[in-house]
Amino acid sequence: MSDATLPDTATPRPVPFRGGGFRPVAKRGVGLAVFVVLLLVIEWGTRAGWIGNLTLPRPSDVGAALVELYQSGMLWTHLGPSLARLAVGSLLGISAGIGVGVLIGLFSYIRAGLVPLVAALFPIPKIALLPLFVIWFGIDEGSKYALIALGTFTPTVVSTYGAVDNVDRALVRMGQSFGLGWWSIVRKIILPGALPGILSGLRVSLAIGIILLVAAEMLGAEHGIGAYVLQAGSLYDLERLFAGVVILSALGVVTSWVIGLVEKRLLRWRG
Amino acid sequence: MDLTLANITHHYSGLPVLQDISLHIPAGQILCIVGPSGCGKSTLLRLIGGLERPDEGDVLQLGAPPPDCLNPLTYVFQDFALLPWRTVRGNISLVLEDHGLKGAEAERIISDVLARTNLSDFGKALPRQLSGGMKQRVAIARALAVNPAAMLLDEPLSALDAQTRELLMEDLLALWARQPFTGIYVTHNLSEAVRLGHSIAVLSRRPGRIREVITIDTPPPDRRAGDARLDEVQAHLWSLMRDEAKAADQELLNV
Ligand SMILES: Nc1ncnc2c1ncn2[C@@H]1O[C@H](COP(=O)(O)OP(=O)(O)OP(=O)(O)O)[C@@H](O)[C@H]1O
Ligand SMILES: [Mg+2]
Repeated sequence: MSDATLPDTATPRPVPFRGGGFRPVAKRGVGLAVFVVLLLVIEWGTRAGWIGNLTLPRPSDVGAALVELYQSGMLWTHLGPSLARLAVGSLLGISAGIGVGVLIGLFSYIRAGLVPLVAALFPIPKIALLPLFVIWFGIDEGSKYALIALGTFTPTVVSTYGAVDNVDRALVRMGQSFGLGWWSIVRKIILPGALPGILSGLRVSLAIGIILLVAAEMLGAEHGIGAYVLQAGSLYDLERLFAGVVILSALGVVTSWVIGLVEKRLLRWRG
Repeated sequence: MDLTLANITHHYSGLPVLQDISLHIPAGQILCIVGPSGCGKSTLLRLIGGLERPDEGDVLQLGAPPPDCLNPLTYVFQDFALLPWRTVRGNISLVLEDHGLKGAEAERIISDVLARTNLSDFGKALPRQLSGGMKQRVAIARALAVNPAAMLLDEPLSALDAQTRELLMEDLLALWARQPFTGIYVTHNLSEAVRLGHSIAVLSRRPGRIREVITIDTPPPDRRAGDARLDEVQAHLWSLMRDEAKAADQELLNV
């Protein structure tokens, strides 16, 4: 080999760094900054005219609509019933979903019997069943609870039995080898081991719950965020429509934040 | 409590894994099992502890376990098998709770076994904060807490580095010297077998059969490095293992 093709071998060079990355780190404020920049761009566009006023409402007008909603006291009139529906419906759906998911994870017969049923229920757009629910549970709260409950139930079942399946069987074998009873193994090994998977499944379930909440309120609800959005939409009142959408997004952010808090508390052992 | 294995044969979906294994383990003695990879050592240990049923043959207990024994046949696993969401004390209390031991009595046992395994300062630590050697000490402490009549150890030191292995080996010897326990110790490491075993069973490659059982008369705590008899046993073990290991290696390639 000729010397010309070789790099200078005499001077020491630092080894190039090739590691790093592929590991999410908390970056405070970045999410907020993205929001703010996006809003500023839209505000600028609507003021300057390169976004037509039928394309997007001006963010400041949406803000004004929100303030007006708050000052008129109608915010709570709409938000209160919505929160109650979301809470009752998703509580029913999630607790039934976790219960059934754990049973599927633990018993082969229940798995064989219910997994196909859940697979059949999952892809049905639950909104399509709303008229049926109205007949079964009445036009009032009952049908709304049922819709949200069914909508949160199926994803919770799927994520729960997946989480139970993923519990390290070596730990279960350890429990058996120390003579732990069946119920102790379920309570002290399976459930805590499945908790991370169950909680991350809840994020998806609750988001679906919020989507169905709006759908349910679009039919036969006088008050509620869904009714508010529908009303504004049919009048082409874009400011109020977007004010409603902002509230829904905020609801999604808050539920995800609450689950984050619960995870931090319950899953401290993961470090 | 003595353990006897009578003509144990086992298959996994038609594949013979163990053939006609008969062994006797007297109370208070340690039997080491060595053999090439995949010859069924872990399977044999699972059969002995009742985690699986042998296709043929029996595992028999002779005599009653000591009266204060909570779990006669107790495992120490290669991968520690600690619950990551429980502290060191919590992991030990896990195996006491189901035997109705709670509160002060359980605390006394936990503190005692932690002291015996030099872990007293780490009771509140979570497993992820511990090194591999400390995790295995916790697993040994947990096994001691139930006062086993026999300990079943499946390559308990394999996941550890050489220095930690040496330290834990000394710990095991000290524990045995203090209170002799019946032990079945599966290992790949011939020098571990020679340090610890009253007798050493050599298994052939799969299907595992007993090639030879070698006994060493010197009690384990009295064995010194450079002892001619020990070196001779180890050389003999290696000559037995060598061809089996080679053949096992070839076989795996042909699968
Ligand atoms: N649950 C199982 N189902 C089917 N085959 C199994 C099962 N467990 C073990 N085997 C097979 O039985 C054979 C013996 O396995 P075993 O784990 O007992 O070997 P081993 O001697 O402990 O090996 P190693 O030295 O690698 O730990 C292997 O060929 C393995 O693939
Ligand atoms: Mg093994």
